Amino acid sequence: MDERTTEFLERVRSGGVVEAGDWMPDEYRARLTKFVEMHANSELMGVLPERDWILRAPTLQRKLALTAKIQDEVGHAQLLYRVVEDLGKPRETCLDDLIEGRSKFHNVFHYPTRTWGDVGVIAWLVDAAAIISQKALLKCSYAPYARIMRKICWEESFHILHGRDVVLTLVTGTDAQRELVQEALDRWWEPLMMFHGNRIPADEDPMVQWRIKSQANEDARQQFLEGYVPQVRELGLTLPDPQLRRRDDGVWEYTEPDWERLIAVVSGHGPASAERLAFRRLSRAEVDWVSRTVLAEAA
Amino acid sequence: MERVFEVFRRERPGAPMQHAGSIAAPDGRFAEIYAREQYGRRGESEALWLVPRQAIREIAEFVDEFDLKYRRVDGYSIKERLKEARERAGTSLRDVRLKTDG
Repeated sequence: MDERTTEFLERVRSGGVVEAGDWMPDEYRARLTKFVEMHANSELMGVLPERDWILRAPTLQRKLALTAKIQDEVGHAQLLYRVVEDLGKPRETCLDDLIEGRSKFHNVFHYPTRTWGDVGVIAWLVDAAAIISQKALLKCSYAPYARIMRKICWEESFHILHGRDVVLTLVTGTDAQRELVQEALDRWWEPLMMFHGNRIPADEDPMVQWRIKSQANEDARQQFLEGYVPQVRELGLTLPDPQLRRRDDGVWEYTEPDWERLIAVVSGHGPASAERLAFRRLSRAEVDWVSRTVLAEAA
Repeated sequence: MERVFEVFRRERPGAPMQHAGSIAAPDGRFAEIYAREQYGRRGESEALWLVPRQAIREIAEFVDEFDLKYRRVDGYSIKERLKEARERAGTSLRDVRLKTDG
C-alpha cells in the first residue's frame, strides 16, 4: 500500500470524510461504486414486487399509499445513481449492467409476491431490515452518500408505518386475513434472515475497513431480531424457525441460513430473478423513445 | 445529453438555503419537475434553488501565506499579557473583587 493510500485509510478510519472531488484510492472508489450501485439497483428492482399489487390493492387509500411508496423507492434509485455517476459510472451503463445481469440487487427482491399479505410483510419487515443497514450508512466515510441516506431514511420511516398498518389491519380482520400475514411471514422469514449477509467479522470485512460500512453484518441482524421478533410475536404471529431464541446475554440464536443459496439468489437464480429482469428489460425498451425524444428536444 | 443541477432547499421561512443533492435532467424545465418531485412533494421544503453544476465556482484551498492570525481568536494571547499586567500592578483578581465587595 503506497503512502497516499495509507494516509487516506488512516483518515477515513479516524472519522475523516471524503467528498466527490477528493482523491481516493482505486480500491475505495471501486468498492464504493459497486456498493452504491447495488443499493440503487435494489431500490429500482424493489418496486417491482410492489408494483404487482397497485391494481389489486384492497382500497383506494391503500392503492395511493402503495403508489407513493413506489415513487419514493424510484426516487431513491435516482438519487443513488447520481452518487454513482459522480463516482465515474454513468447511469446508462448501470442500467445496462443491471438488465444484462452483470450487477446485483438485494436478495429480497428476487422473490415473488403471492398475496396482499406479502405487501404488508415487505413494507414492514423488509423495510425495517433495510433501515437498520441504511441508518448505519449515515456514518459512511463517503459524505455525498451519507447525506443522501438522511433523506432516504426519513422516507423509509413512512414505509414501515404503512406496512405496520397493513399488517395490523389484516391481523385484526378475519381468520383468512390473519392467515395471509402468517403465510407470507413463513415465506419471507428465510430471505429476511439472509438480508444482512453472512457473518463476516467487522475486522475482516473490507467494506468496514474502508469505513464505507460501519456495522458488521451480524450486528445488523441481531439489531433486527431484537427490535422486530417481539413486535411480530405480540401480534400472535409465529416465526418458522424452531431454533430462534434470545439467550440470557441478549444474543439471538437462529438456524444458520444457507449462505450458498443466498449467493445463488443474488446472482440471478432466485425464484423471480429472471422474470423481474425481463420486466426491467421490457420497460427500458418501452420508454426508450421517451428519453430519446426528450434528449433530442433539449439538445 | 443530461446536465447536472445542484439543488438547494429552504426548510422553513428564515432558514438558510442548504444543499440537498443533485439531479440530472435534459434541461431546466425537466430539472424543475424532477426537483419538485424529489425535494418538495412532502412539503419538506418551502423553496428550492436549482443551479447548473457548471455555474458553480469552487474554492477549497485556504492558504494562510502571511500567517494572518490577528484575524482569529487564537491570534491573541490575552492570558499571558494579563498575568504580566497584574504582576506589574501588584494586584490579583481576587483582591480587586474583595475590595469592591467590602
